[in-house]
Amino acid sequence: MKKKVLSVILASTMAFSLIACGGEAAAPAPAAEEPAAEEAEEPAAEEEAPAEEEAAEEEAAEEEATEEEAPAASGELINVGFAQVGHESDWRTASTKSCQDVFSEANGYNLSFVDCDNDSAAQLEAVRSFIEQDVDYIIIDPIVSTGWDTVLGECEDAGIPVVVIDRTIDDSDKYVSWVGSDFLTEGKAAGEWLKAYAEKKGISEINALIIQGTTGSSAQIGRTDGFSEVAEREGWTILDKQTGDFTEAGGQEVMESFCKSYEGKFNVVVCENDNEAFGAMTAMDNAGVSYGPDGDVILISYDACTAGLKEVQAGKITADFECNPLAAPTVEKVIQTLQSGGTPEAQILVPDNWYALKDQIVDFSVDGNAQSMTEVTDAVIEAQY
Amino acid sequence: MKDKKLISKIKKSQLLLPVVAMLLVMAVNIIHDAATGAGAFSFFKITLQQTTGNGTILYGRIIDILNRGSEAALLALGMTLVVSASAGTDISVGSVMSLCASYCCMLLAGYGVSSVNELAKPLWLGIIAGILLGCLCGAFNGFLVARLNIQPMVATLILYSAARAIGLLVCNDLIVYVRNDSFGFFGSFLGPIPTPIIITAICIAILSLILKKTALGMYIQSVGINARASRIAGLNSKRIIHLAYIVCGLFAGIAGVVASSRITSADSNNIGLYLEMDAILAVALGGNSLGGGKFNLAGSIIGAYTIQAITTTLYALGVSTNQAPVFKAIIVIIIVAIQAPPVKAYMRKKSLSKTAKGVA
Repeated sequence: MKKKVLSVILASTMAFSLIACGGEAAAPAPAAEEPAAEEAEEPAAEEEAPAEEEAAEEEAAEEEATEEEAPAASGELINVGFAQVGHESDWRTASTKSCQDVFSEANGYNLSFVDCDNDSAAQLEAVRSFIEQDVDYIIIDPIVSTGWDTVLGECEDAGIPVVVIDRTIDDSDKYVSWVGSDFLTEGKAAGEWLKAYAEKKGISEINALIIQGTTGSSAQIGRTDGFSEVAEREGWTILDKQTGDFTEAGGQEVMESFCKSYEGKFNVVVCENDNEAFGAMTAMDNAGVSYGPDGDVILISYDACTAGLKEVQAGKITADFECNPLAAPTVEKVIQTLQSGGTPEAQILVPDNWYALKDQIVDFSVDGNAQSMTEVTDAVIEAQY
Repeated sequence: MKDKKLISKIKKSQLLLPVVAMLLVMAVNIIHDAATGAGAFSFFKITLQQTTGNGTILYGRIIDILNRGSEAALLALGMTLVVSASAGTDISVGSVMSLCASYCCMLLAGYGVSSVNELAKPLWLGIIAGILLGCLCGAFNGFLVARLNIQPMVATLILYSAARAIGLLVCNDLIVYVRNDSFGFFGSFLGPIPTPIIITAICIAILSLILKKTALGMYIQSVGINARASRIAGLNSKRIIHLAYIVCGLFAGIAGVVASSRITSADSNNIGLYLEMDAILAVALGGNSLGGGKFNLAGSIIGAYTIQAITTTLYALGVSTNQAPVFKAIIVIIIVAIQAPPVKAYMRKKSLSKTAKGVA
């Protein structure tokens, strides 16, 4: 009997936390919350804590929601709907946060944020709900690049301008602008840098291994193509390519295998995001391979998140090529242009930076444009997303 | 005469299927290595390797399989019991792994902190709390299945979709990095041997000891074969099913801690992703009926390592691991077909006619 009661309590705790989650998803909750778990000593007692905390967040979220509705009704704020991909990486989190910061009430906006959890059907649903809510502008980070024509047509009929960020839409042009990074340029930049750096160091032969991102994602395609283009031109050998799915565990497992298949044969490893690079570092450590500016292997990474830059500073990643997640300020400019009756450009690139330590900074150019690199210092890391 | 007996014994053995599958995968490697001139058994070579931070370690593809297959093997242990007792699968284990990893790292790093080098709480607290949370999730699943009689697939679907999301809430939507060697221990090396292998070996030893030395294994099987009859015979069926789910959650918790320790971070979105499918596949591959009842723990374990062997083989062959699901699918088709009643009946008929001919 006692056990039964216990299981009922446990089950209801879990169920309660589920309800709390549902409430949280409906409206964005304030991020900074101190957990009640902090002081609790018994692990068992701490199990309950997240549920309580979530309940508290839910209440907070509800309060916020009611507060938001009042000024919105008076028509002073610009209503913006944002259908985000999900929350799969640090990069995505930074992108979301940038949007929430820029389109805040203080800046004169009312943001309806929907996290689509990498579900493209849910994203279409979210856009339709924005049309129903009759928001003023819709921002979409499309999970898939096709199948958008119908719903964008509906937006057009409703007279709501759509701004696409980060990923691209291929089968429709019924949007105002696309704001994002050019992955192809990132790939080319990595290649051109490697060329200049190898010349400086007197490395004549390049044997590269590429740990790719999620197959078919625009970041994977752009970065692979960009780097391969330079590699082909320079006659470098690309020993192997394998996907690490943009994860640390993936990078670890792929590199572990590469170290055995190509023992002593490679001198460059390209990881298509920082997390994969962290994994590759562990695998190379275990295989006794030295890497970084002072090692045998040149380690190139993309994304340049804070954790990645720290590894650059620690002398492990040789060069890191940024993909700027902070598209929101540019999107705001687009919206302001539209507000004042202007026509924004159809394609706007967010500026990316290339990072390395002082000794690894070399001059190179991409498609004839001279590039400048940023030296990694404490201040740079501090300012990074 | 003796030979025939041995052959029929092997034929009847539940282990035949998983062992054959494993040998097939290995054969592919031998052929590939021989064809490329790397020496026929280079896949099986285990050497001692000097590392940059962990001293000398065992190094080789077989070690990789045992190491990387640890999580799937741990999950397969729990899954075997769940399948046997409740004739259903626990599809939440992958998500529960992620939740336990997130909770463990959140405790070790402090809430809302994205990266730490020093632990905010003692290591044992984080580990134990993570594993206990796994048990709690298992208890929740067990409650729904055993006490409320909800279909296992539906009951565990709740945590399948929710646990990962709760994990993200716990981590404040961040990847929490706990860059601390003492935490990384569970995913790195104990002496020359990878710690996950040792952890899995201990878990297997303890579980099989319990199943052998107590009547628990028999109880679980009898409940799985006929819950009603077992109850009438004096077994508390509900409690046994509940227990199976708790054990499954426990192993999911351990697997979660191992997985996050490997990458010294809580990557809520990716830890244990699709791993529940591997665990279920391992159970099926192990010659266990997904309809419950009799189970074979050794089969499931071999099954789990076979699945990892497929992945490692694909890496070794240089085939994109995106194609791994295709190979897994082929294996599933074969297993399911072999287990299908018409095929079984046909095989029985064939072997009967053979013996009849032999007598004549």
